[in-house]
Amino acid sequence: MQQEVVLALLAKEPSYGYQLRARLRQALGSLGDAMNAGQVYVTLTRLEKAGLVTSEPSPGLPDRPDRKVYELTPAGQQRVADWLAEVGWPGPAPAEFHLKLVAAAAAKLADPLAIVDTQRRELFRRLRDAQRAAMAEPDYSDAGLLLEGLVLRLQADLRWLEACERHWTARKGQ
Amino acid sequence: MMSETPDTFVLRTRELSKTYGKAAALVRAVDEIDLDVASGETVAIMGPSGCGKSTLLHLLGGLDRPTSGEIWLAGRRVDQMSEKALARLRRTAVGFVFQAFHLMEELTAVENVELPELLAGRSPRAARRRATELLDQIGLADRAAFLPAALSGGQRQRVAIARALVNEPLVVLADEPTGNLDSAATVEVLRLFDGLHAAGQTLIIVTHDSRIAATADRMISMRDGAFIDETRLTGGARGDLGALAGLEE
Repeated sequence: MQQEVVLALLAKEPSYGYQLRARLRQALGSLGDAMNAGQVYVTLTRLEKAGLVTSEPSPGLPDRPDRKVYELTPAGQQRVADWLAEVGWPGPAPAEFHLKLVAAAAAKLADPLAIVDTQRRELFRRLRDAQRAAMAEPDYSDAGLLLEGLVLRLQADLRWLEACERHWTARKGQ
Repeated sequence: MMSETPDTFVLRTRELSKTYGKAAALVRAVDEIDLDVASGETVAIMGPSGCGKSTLLHLLGGLDRPTSGEIWLAGRRVDQMSEKALARLRRTAVGFVFQAFHLMEELTAVENVELPELLAGRSPRAARRRATELLDQIGLADRAAFLPAALSGGQRQRVAIARALVNEPLVVLADEPTGNLDSAATVEVLRLFDGLHAAGQTLIIVTHDSRIAATADRMISMRDGAFIDETRLTGGARGDLGALAGLEE
């Protein structure tokens, strides 16, 4: 589990580990089933060691990771803000980008539509490069085939971003 | 009307609108659009089906009349022209390219290309010379005598583009020009547009093909009849393509 995802899910409010797991399940659906239940706790422990989160044991409960309330430190908040602003390439992987939008919307840290927009501009830049490179290849060239693969993948990503835009626009209206 | 229309803009619109229906059922297909297209610019207008982009293109080319607003072509206001003047404008100042090619099936490639010249009153001999020259430029000289049915989709669209160019229009308006084409034929058409751009031709293309939008100078996003975003595209670093393809350093 990527550390930034767990951090961003904590940005909404101090939470128990099981609450973070519930948020992940809601955002990922059946895809989240593949995740080991302990992964979130392992990540939280690492984040605490790195000074990005602090934890508070609940009074009267045993001192175990699943009984603690976790909260972002200022360094953790900064890390989340940096992650939301980052336009990764190649990637980010679909799940990471999706969770970025989910976390940004839940914590009201950033407008998911602005993140989609930034990513779209970036993809268009790559598509421009890939398409120009494809146009410079002679017909039936081997390299042209690889470039066509890149173009098709970028187009697919752009179509998904359109779907993201529709979804988060509808959410905003609710 | 005293609006300034500098020569650098081939095409301008001001508060251009087209509405259908009335009152509660009023549809704003094109909603107060201001557009400035510089000479030699390639502009892509993108948006989902029904966003009004085709209606906008029809207004720009005088195929349809606006409900309100202004259209200026090379410094002349055209939205209030008589039907006759508008028809002349469509034949000479504007070139159209359509998704479904709209070639005359009973005419050969060269006959299709020369048709607008003959309609504009050029002599048959001069028209044939110019049409042949254009087909040669787009690499279809050896297909001049073919009927459209004997051409591939990409070739048919290239013939249609040659026809759009034959009267040396101020602007070429293309409506989903790659909508009926496969990937290889799309590349053919994109290469042709690129050559036109290099030769200084002004192009306005409405499309939902992101490949066309990505290779334009400017990309405009349209929703519900209005422009919602505009991006000037510049290339990134080619090196990133290697990473995208999985060729890490």
